[in-house]
Amino acid sequence: MEALKRSVRSVLFTELLEGLSLTLRYMFKHSVTVNYPYEKGPLSSRFRGEHALRRYPNGEERCIACKLCEAICPALAITIEAEPREDGSRRTTRYDIDMTKCIYCGLCQESCPVDAIVEGPNFEFAAETREELFYNKEKLLENGDRWEAEVAKNIELEAPYR
Amino acid sequence: MSEERVQTNDESGLEGPAVIKNFMMNFGPQHPAAHGVMRLVLEMDGEVIERADPHVGLLHRATEKLIEYKTYLQAVPYFDRLDYVSPMCQEHAFALAVEKLLGIEAPPRAQFIRVLFAEITRILNHLLNITTFALDVGAVTPFLWGFEERERLMEFYERVSGARLHANYFRPGGVAWDMPAGLAEDILAFCDTFPQTIDDIEELLTENRIWKQRTVNIGTVNREAALDWGFSGPMLRASGVAWDLRRAQPYDAYDRVEFDVPVGKNGDCYDRYLVRIEEMRQSLRLMRQAIEAMPQGPVRFDDRKVSPPPRREMKRSMEALIHHFKLFTEGYHVPAGETYTVVEAPKGEFGVYLVSDGTNRPYRCKIHAPSYAFLQAMDFMSKGHMLADAVAIIGSLDIVFGEIDR
Repeated sequence: MEALKRSVRSVLFTELLEGLSLTLRYMFKHSVTVNYPYEKGPLSSRFRGEHALRRYPNGEERCIACKLCEAICPALAITIEAEPREDGSRRTTRYDIDMTKCIYCGLCQESCPVDAIVEGPNFEFAAETREELFYNKEKLLENGDRWEAEVAKNIELEAPYR
Repeated sequence: MSEERVQTNDESGLEGPAVIKNFMMNFGPQHPAAHGVMRLVLEMDGEVIERADPHVGLLHRATEKLIEYKTYLQAVPYFDRLDYVSPMCQEHAFALAVEKLLGIEAPPRAQFIRVLFAEITRILNHLLNITTFALDVGAVTPFLWGFEERERLMEFYERVSGARLHANYFRPGGVAWDMPAGLAEDILAFCDTFPQTIDDIEELLTENRIWKQRTVNIGTVNREAALDWGFSGPMLRASGVAWDLRRAQPYDAYDRVEFDVPVGKNGDCYDRYLVRIEEMRQSLRLMRQAIEAMPQGPVRFDDRKVSPPPRREMKRSMEALIHHFKLFTEGYHVPAGETYTVVEAPKGEFGVYLVSDGTNRPYRCKIHAPSYAFLQAMDFMSKGHMLADAVAIIGSLDIVFGEIDR
């Protein structure tokens, strides 16, 4: 009986026709793709994207040049130089991240005691030249200003877990 | 080396024998069916493979040496980048190895989270393997469906760790953070819908005559050969050996969950495909059990000398701040000793041989990659098969060069 069934299937191409009808049915299902630059997939509050240096609400930069991020960075992508400012507070004079070295592990934002360096929700920072990806302090602070609303919201959402 | 065959050439009208030589052919490193940067030098007798000589090293990044210069925490992200389609399983091996040397154990909730995400990783890996294997053999549709589901799984990855692939989530002593609220429910919902996709992929492939012609009795490895060549994982199980490290030496919460170990009969490409399909179904079972059995509680080992304090505490307590600074600069010192710790990664036995000399960095970290053993077997598996079968064999081997070259 089994052999008969098998030979009937073999002659009638049943399994191929079943497969074809299945793919045909999928054609009428709703599309799963998104029209990328206009539509985007969801991102969680934990997403680790482009780096940003944040400021306090009064405009003062948060980073105190403790260099924890520089120490923990496995890829050695961060370079910091610091000296006391005229008002006596310790700030960075140089804060560079080589985005081509960075492996986006998130250890810098985990180590930062003042929530200054963060990996924001931006993932669209492709550039045409390598040089554009060597971020300096100015660029990072500018990112911070641009993404502050999203970053602050994410940090608030993540606070219970950290 | 090359076997020369003497043939009398009657049609050409020439006198004497004409000598036909085997010829060498390069398969890869830019061949789309070579899965990454594999260079395979094939010695061909017409359309038949006489000898296959895989060349490795094109993706060598000196990971093992790099890890010797990183603290234990800094080494974790490098494990994601070995076998880049099953990142968390490799972090798992390293986390377990460090925990063993430290003599600590992750809290129960962390153990269940790790089991949950190790199984998600297994589905991620098998989906990629089965569908690209089918793609190499000529079936494009499963690939499209499989990647839609992979997208969902990578979303879970992203929600829990912040990255879709290179998660850096399993840490020595537990996991980085607890799962966000609502994720467990979404994973359960995925467990309900995903079997339908497996059924659909199976409907296109399992009984399909083209698929069977391309895979049945291709690249057969018998039980003895599989053991002799150091196979592990689905490759070994397809050859009829019921060996699964999750069962044989359970780690984390695997002794508290139930699952079946699928075993193949013939050890050919088709059996390996069937074993992987069944493993995905078992992974779903494990995911469900892990979520249901997951207790509440901490997710990191409660010792400030190993795991950093919560941020809230770090911002208020001087002692916690000191611990935070110590852990993120110097790291923790691991007592001198050595361990070979293995996990059942989706591809097979992934092991970390870790030697500590009592400092904050590993003295040596040797990585055992399962794919390496499979690639060695490429020669005897493809001998006597046609060139097109080499593609099917590579597809069924499930090799990823990130971990072979390291």
